[in-house]
Amino acid sequence: MQASDRFNINSQLEHLQAKYVGTGHADLNRFEWAVNIQRDSYASYIGHYPMLAYFAVAENESIGRERYNFMQKMLLPCGLPPEREDD
Amino acid sequence: MDIDNEIAKTQEERRRKEEELASLTSLTFDRDLYGGTDRDAYVTSIPVNDEDDANLDSMDSEVARKLASYTAPKSLLKEMPRGEDDDNALGFRKPAKIIDREDEYRRRRLNQVISPDRHDAFASGEKTPDPSVRTYADVMREQALAREKEETLRAIAKKKKEEEEAAKVEKESGGAAAAVPKRRNRWDQSQDDGSAAAKKAKTTSDWDLPDATPGIGRWDATPTPGRVSDATPSVGRRNRWDETPTPGRLADSDATPAGGVTPGATPAGVTWDATPKGLVTPTPKRQRSRWDETPATMGSATPTAGATPAVPLTPGVTPFGGTDLQTPTPSNLRGPMTPEQYNLLRWEKDIEERNRPLTDEELDAMFPQEGYKILEPPASYVPIRTPARKLLATPTPMGTPLYAIPEENRGQQFDVPKEAPGGLPFMKPEDYQYFGSLLNEENEEELTPEEQKERKIMKLLLKVKNGTPPQRKTALRQLTDKAREFGANALFNRILPLLMQPTLEDQERHLLVKVIDRVLYKLDELVRPYVHKILVVIEPLLIDEDYYARVEGREIISNLSKAAGLATMIAAMRPDIDNIDEYVRNTTARAFSVVASALGIPALLPFLKAVCQSKKSWQARHTGIKIVQQIAILIGCAVLPHLKSLVEIIEHGLNDENQKVRTITALSLAALAEAAAPYGIESFDSVLKPLWKGIRSHRGKVLAAFLKAIGFIIPLMDAIYASYYTKEVMFILIREFQSPDEEMKKIVLKVVKQCVSTEGVEAEYIRNDILPEFFRNFWVRRMALDRRNYRQLVETTVEMANKVGVADIVGRIVEDLKDESEPYRRMVMETIEKVVANLGASDIDARLEELLIDGILYAFQEQTSDDANVMLNGFGAVVNSLGQRVKPYLPQICGTIKWRLNNKSAKVRQQAADLISRIAVVMKQCQEEQLMGHLGVVLYEYLGEEYPEVLGSILGALKAIVNVIGMTKMTPPIKDLLPRLTPILKNRHEKVQENCIDLVGRIADRGAEFVPAREWMRICFELLEMLKAHKKGIRRATVNTFGYIAKAIGPQDVLATLLNNLKVQERQNRVCTTVAIAIVAETCSPFTVLPALMNEYRVPELNVQNGVLKSLSFLFEYIGEMGKDYIYAVTPLLEDALMDRDLVHRQTAASAVKHMALGVAGLGCEDALVHLMNYVWPNIFETSPHVINAVMEAIEGMRVALGAAIVLNYCLQGLFHPARKVREVYWKIYNSLYIGSQDALVAAYPILEDEQSSEQNNIYSRPELMMFV
Repeated sequence: MQASDRFNINSQLEHLQAKYVGTGHADLNRFEWAVNIQRDSYASYIGHYPMLAYFAVAENESIGRERYNFMQKMLLPCGLPPEREDD
Repeated sequence: MDIDNEIAKTQEERRRKEEELASLTSLTFDRDLYGGTDRDAYVTSIPVNDEDDANLDSMDSEVARKLASYTAPKSLLKEMPRGEDDDNALGFRKPAKIIDREDEYRRRRLNQVISPDRHDAFASGEKTPDPSVRTYADVMREQALAREKEETLRAIAKKKKEEEEAAKVEKESGGAAAAVPKRRNRWDQSQDDGSAAAKKAKTTSDWDLPDATPGIGRWDATPTPGRVSDATPSVGRRNRWDETPTPGRLADSDATPAGGVTPGATPAGVTWDATPKGLVTPTPKRQRSRWDETPATMGSATPTAGATPAVPLTPGVTPFGGTDLQTPTPSNLRGPMTPEQYNLLRWEKDIEERNRPLTDEELDAMFPQEGYKILEPPASYVPIRTPARKLLATPTPMGTPLYAIPEENRGQQFDVPKEAPGGLPFMKPEDYQYFGSLLNEENEEELTPEEQKERKIMKLLLKVKNGTPPQRKTALRQLTDKAREFGANALFNRILPLLMQPTLEDQERHLLVKVIDRVLYKLDELVRPYVHKILVVIEPLLIDEDYYARVEGREIISNLSKAAGLATMIAAMRPDIDNIDEYVRNTTARAFSVVASALGIPALLPFLKAVCQSKKSWQARHTGIKIVQQIAILIGCAVLPHLKSLVEIIEHGLNDENQKVRTITALSLAALAEAAAPYGIESFDSVLKPLWKGIRSHRGKVLAAFLKAIGFIIPLMDAIYASYYTKEVMFILIREFQSPDEEMKKIVLKVVKQCVSTEGVEAEYIRNDILPEFFRNFWVRRMALDRRNYRQLVETTVEMANKVGVADIVGRIVEDLKDESEPYRRMVMETIEKVVANLGASDIDARLEELLIDGILYAFQEQTSDDANVMLNGFGAVVNSLGQRVKPYLPQICGTIKWRLNNKSAKVRQQAADLISRIAVVMKQCQEEQLMGHLGVVLYEYLGEEYPEVLGSILGALKAIVNVIGMTKMTPPIKDLLPRLTPILKNRHEKVQENCIDLVGRIADRGAEFVPAREWMRICFELLEMLKAHKKGIRRATVNTFGYIAKAIGPQDVLATLLNNLKVQERQNRVCTTVAIAIVAETCSPFTVLPALMNEYRVPELNVQNGVLKSLSFLFEYIGEMGKDYIYAVTPLLEDALMDRDLVHRQTAASAVKHMALGVAGLGCEDALVHLMNYVWPNIFETSPHVINAVMEAIEGMRVALGAAIVLNYCLQGLFHPARKVREVYWKIYNSLYIGSQDALVAAYPILEDEQSSEQNNIYSRPELMMFV
């Protein structure tokens, strides 16, 4: 960051953004981003009842079961993180 | 007086010496200096504080004043031209010393002693403390001894006095013969008593303490500047420079044998011990004049006139040494310098100059070339570092400083301060005392590690104190980081004396306090032995008049108590609780309240309970109860959980045998009740009885305190109880109505207000029992003279009116509107205004109404003073609340107004005009339109007014009339009025501008058709000038007026004017013009404006193009949805602007795009927006803050208008770009996208491939989205 914009709104903007889970940064890797995407997706499915109903019909499960499954999947949505290559 | 004798003796001695000298030389320099006259004719000494002094100043001289043929207010006569005032006005004020603004009470902080370290029971565990360490027991013992001593002395004094009185009585009774043996008898007795007591006092003095504390007497380890020889509080500031060396003081320094100095003692302490100035310098005289030594002064002054403050060669000798001080003009003397200080300084400087070491050149010149040899100094030789000892070594050759011939400057640097080594900041003269040793450029390696550490700390502190901000910052950080390494002892021994420095400035204190704060945090439990030391310097901050100092003090003490723990804090402060000095007790109580708020009240309760019940001394009880009061004041409603216990702790104080304790108890209860309001009455149950009983038996101060407590408790009560208790207290209050004591009056008024406003007190009771006495005693002229009484009385009366209604109160005071005292009339008027504004005028019957209007008219006309908005407001309030009932009086009122509009005094005219604007609405209600028209004409005639304040008010009055009677009925007709206003628009006075533009805008809005278009164009040109106004309100009104005018006469001409104005240089002017264009476009539909505006973009001029873009930006902001019809029209223009080389073009265009996108979201303009987005997007890598901001906002706008998915698609290309710079920007955009519409992104995320191999098994795809029913 330049000296000039250390004090302007942009630096605050990034600080503000960093407070939210799910926002990213330049060093984010594919896995971390994918985890965020997956969790957001599941949260969205659970949040929109019609979506949930749709999935329930498609999978022939009860809506409650679907919701439970989605919540469980939010735990490790993409499996274990890969070994860091650069470490 | 022995001092006077001493003065006389010294003067005599000097004269003799001078005569001797004069006889030795053929030429007397006196003659050279003074001319031929006899020196004896001169006044050799001018008394410093004598009544003769008063006549020195001719301005003040009684005779001069009586002779003067004309006179003026004293304040003007006394106003003398002073040089430094100009500097103050320019903002070059010299940083204020704290001591200069302190009163005598606060200066008592300098009497405190930074006590030696104390034993830390936690650190040593079970071990018996080393006898050399001061333990709690030692301190307590000392305190007890001091108290005893004080009491004994007081007893002696009392006895002596009694004796004298008795003797006098006896003498008067005449029985001389019989009385003689008796008297002798008593004398003997008393002598015995006296000597015994004296002996006792001696044995109890500190330095004779048992051997339990060898070497750690109170006096040696403490390098305080403001040391007092004994515990008797001395008045005023004392430091080592200004004090006449009393024998007691000398005894002090002698008392500590040099060998007894502990290794821990600081060099400053050594300096102290070795500074018996009194031994060398002839005793300075308290009353000596600064005039009588003129020749000597001139001799010792540096020859260069106007030199910068000289710093003596040897550091650390004369802290204040400056040549400017040598000139004996009183104006040059710094504030705190007392004459004796001054004399002492001069002596020292003289001696210093005489005795400085001879240089090699000088020695060469003195001695013959051969026969002498320069020897090496012996290896064991160490130069004397403490300057004072140098003084001691060489006595002054003669008593009188002589005239020194200017050529004798022996290569000294008088004026240039010695360069501080190693990039240290500049030292002020008074700093030499503390930092002088830094100037000795010794080899660092030769110092012991201990000394090196000290040096390091000193350097850092000096940097913090005097350094530049970066120096200060690094030094502060180093001090913090190395705090534990340096150790608490070394740090506090350096920092704390600095804080006691009498010449400390606010900023310096702030910095040093900050150091303590940081260091505390690091040292944590290591501070325990130093708690009391720190408190001694920090406690005075708690009663500083500067709010921030108080807050700082609180913070430090709070941190200190968290670091040291409750036990240590109590141990450190307990002895001060019954200190004999009230100052110490006061500050300790405040510090304790801070401790309570830091560590929680429950932790402190047992201790407080014990203190408040102390049997030993009333002081302890007093302080304990005061702590409770301070806690209540400090933490406010947070006392509620502990209210009951706090009240229980102090309740017995109401019946204490000591009057002061009773008073403070009542005050504490008042503070508790105030803090707890409106809850917690049940906690006060136990004190109700003693309080209400107490008011019957007490008088004076105690009664006032009790009443105050009652006043705060009654509002907490339920209605029935409040009524009962109010009645109980009321007869005392009514009795005290007559009290002549001002303080009592204020308290009584306040309590009455509190009682009356309580729910349970009925109107009937107030009306019958309180009002008659209240009005008889308080509504008198004298009450109006004191500001605080005035305000309190008005408040209380208004509160009563809220209960008993308007008629009762107004009826009682309405006659006083015609009182002959103006301040009293004003007080009456203010009360009536507030009462009527609160409660309306429906209670007021016809008769009262008549009296009221009559009185108000009288008071309004008779006012003479300047701050009389009271009358105006009162008039306005009464007329407005009476409404239509004023109709019969309106002709009379208008007559008065007209008469006063013609008055010679501008103030009167202004008030008359202001009154019109206040009552215009009511006049309309009364259907007095004809009268208003008449007033309009009168005002119109006064538009030539030359005082801008008055003119502004006249315009305001016209505006009020136009507003209520409308454009058509207005007289003079609008077509005559407006041309008269056009030239007034040129007026630069803010009030005139504001009122004028409001009036013109009003006319343009409602009655534009009455005025020809040409006139409006003329006004347009004038309005452009008003865009320069400083006040935002004026600019806003102007811009709006453009809109109204454009609506009235069509946009073309106005627009042409405005577009031309885009070419001007001033930014503010251009900005306002663009806003005006946008407003014109909004009021006259955009299609009337856009073609001309877009055409203007072709002008190849930056300012114009940017102005056009900015107008577009505002335009689209204002028209919102309407923008969908124009977006395709302006797209080519924006395309061009977004590709321009000029940053500002792109920035402004981006903000136009933002407003456009937000306006047309959801209206089907996506194609145009995507097109514009393609032009905006390349700008995301801009670094200029304004541009990047505008671009980001444009993208946000696009997110709203186009949806997050489309923007995400733009974003995806750069999120994993190989260049970090690129990724950073893209992630920033992604993040704001994510925060803005996270949910919408779910559908748009890219499809990621799963990664399944032998070592990893990651599923990135989202199979759910593939489902299909």
